[in-house]
Amino acid sequence: MSDVLVVPTMADYMAKGESPEILFWVGCAGSFDDRAKKITKAIVKILNHANVKFAVLGTEESCTGDPAKRAGNEFLFQMQAMTTISVLNGYDVKRIVTGCPHCFNTLKNEYPSLGGSYEVVHHTQLLQELLNTGRIKIEGGSFKGKKITFHDPCYLGRANDVYEAPRSVMVNLDAELLEMKRSKANGLCCGAGGAQMFKEAEKGTKEVNIERTEEALELNPDVIAVGCPFCNTMMTDGVKNFNKEQSVKVLDVAELIAQAKDL
Amino acid sequence: MISSIVFIILFIAGSALFTLNVRKVRRNILLGKDMNRKDRFSERFKTMVLVALGQKKMFERPIPAILHLFLYVAFVITQIELIEIIYDGALSHHRAFRPMLGSFYTFLVSFIEILSVLAFIGTVAFLSRRNLLKVPRLVKSELNGWPKLDANLILIAEIVLICFIFMMNGADEVLYSRGLSHAQNLGDGSLGLAISSHLGPILFGGFDEHTLHIIERLGWWGHIMMVFGFLNYLPYSKHFHILLAFPNVFFSNLNKKGQFTNLESVTNEVKAMMDPSFTPPAIDPNVSLRFGAKDVTDLSWKQLLDSYTCTECGRCTSSCPANITGKLLSPRKIMMDTRDRLMEVGKNMDANKGQFKDDGKSLLGDYITPEELWACTSCNACVQECPVNIDPLSIIMDMRRFVVMEQSAAPTELNGMFTNIENNGAPWQFAQADRLNWKNE
Repeated sequence: MSDVLVVPTMADYMAKGESPEILFWVGCAGSFDDRAKKITKAIVKILNHANVKFAVLGTEESCTGDPAKRAGNEFLFQMQAMTTISVLNGYDVKRIVTGCPHCFNTLKNEYPSLGGSYEVVHHTQLLQELLNTGRIKIEGGSFKGKKITFHDPCYLGRANDVYEAPRSVMVNLDAELLEMKRSKANGLCCGAGGAQMFKEAEKGTKEVNIERTEEALELNPDVIAVGCPFCNTMMTDGVKNFNKEQSVKVLDVAELIAQAKDL
Repeated sequence: MISSIVFIILFIAGSALFTLNVRKVRRNILLGKDMNRKDRFSERFKTMVLVALGQKKMFERPIPAILHLFLYVAFVITQIELIEIIYDGALSHHRAFRPMLGSFYTFLVSFIEILSVLAFIGTVAFLSRRNLLKVPRLVKSELNGWPKLDANLILIAEIVLICFIFMMNGADEVLYSRGLSHAQNLGDGSLGLAISSHLGPILFGGFDEHTLHIIERLGWWGHIMMVFGFLNYLPYSKHFHILLAFPNVFFSNLNKKGQFTNLESVTNEVKAMMDPSFTPPAIDPNVSLRFGAKDVTDLSWKQLLDSYTCTECGRCTSSCPANITGKLLSPRKIMMDTRDRLMEVGKNMDANKGQFKDDGKSLLGDYITPEELWACTSCNACVQECPVNIDPLSIIMDMRRFVVMEQSAAPTELNGMFTNIENNGAPWQFAQADRLNWKNE
């Protein structure tokens, strides 16, 4: 159990005249949302445990502009993007890991044509890499035999065709991995994408997160695994709606790994 | 001789009218903004072979995929027989290819007959899915009226066409067995067609020579008339997908689905704002400076091609989280509205000597409402589902851009989110200086 999180900033590295292997892009949710902060800490614990030389931007980080772009405010998006790119290029960043598929998608796909080209991975991809290269090992652990179903984040799955990384990470938990009827490329959105997170839903007959949570609960899972702070919020709310929060946990893949390793 | 002249006139008129209609559709599509989709040829070609020719995405739903495959293969292969029909028609021959091709001819026409039977089964199944089983995605409200009629008309025409084929072949089989067919008698006693050699005697065995010739000619002329009619119905129908599916998939987006376009006009403005030494490129006075899309002419030619390619199958809508949960948004309706408005603009131009005369209408507002646009979660399910790689999401996004950047009419909560990002670099009201506080909490 490591109680102290080691979270160096890019500025710290620069002061030492060094550069980290990878920049951990925490994201707005990961920085400010109480639930998402726990995911951020889980990621840091794993990075610390695996002795990954990483850094965060800390107070120099700002919104990638993703929610503005999805909401149609291209101006604000590009202003955020160009400011961020000048910070990232200023530190000569080569590789980035994000805790959020939305930041991941924007940094990876929409920054290059604005002058910011980096190798960007989602945290589940980095976890997969750390497992494959033996930098972290998981044997058994607290999720052994538990039923886990993974909800594909749209911006990781369909938007970027990453389906296997989170699953191949979770295979190490010795748990029973169940697939929902709509999964991978056919996965159903949690309802938060496209800036919906920041507004009330339009009039309808049902909330999207309820529809999705129902589908997950049909499998009687112990854990609904997610890879996105917004999906996390939506699924957590959904589970609460069905009064199942005692028996069904909504956990990020990073939290599963951190908990399995008792970090 | 007279029949040859009639045929040639019909053939020329049918083809000319079709060419004229296609040129109109092409002109309408090219009203869209320029966009480069001519790169990565081999990747595009491969995608077209897999998705359009190979029907790859159709097989995500196997039952309609197999039924559709029957019609698709029958349609493509029947075109071979059409070559003979045109040849025969123009030169007053009868089954001119049979003596030349021999047993290969029998095989080919038999194959077409078997496919026609399968297509018949498929068509009947499709009609029942629409009208009896009422498959949810095929009875949604955006299909009320013309779209529903259009779908049924095509299917009924398909059945009529197949009936004509079997009238023609069936009657001819009976005539041939009696040595009365106009086809060259090769002394084999039967045309040997897989279905008609059995079906013909059952249906038409009791008729006399004169009646049989009438049935045969009725089938032959009916067949070719249906082909000409169908060809010229296409540009007015959702059924145009049979032709446009190929170019549409060829020119489809090959980037990751999550990558939305970065508006270049905005980039220039932002650069000029952030860097005083930046000189924006000269503005082309002929290009509209509107941010985002209000009307069809603000969309790209590919988005307009998408709209003409849509066959209203509704796979997009049936997978749309907003639509599933009862919101107003239907990606299929976005595509149908885009085409309807584009055709309206085209008609307007035709009526005004090729110049569009302002009709006070636009795609946004008169066809698509902001409520539909704001229900989208940008999840890409519609894009993923489309068997011919149509991208309804890009149209939704372009229209959101117009609503936000030109009309400043974003939902209030979103304006709050924008302000937060602008002031403190996060969509919520937290100070940037507090971004690392989690470390010590």
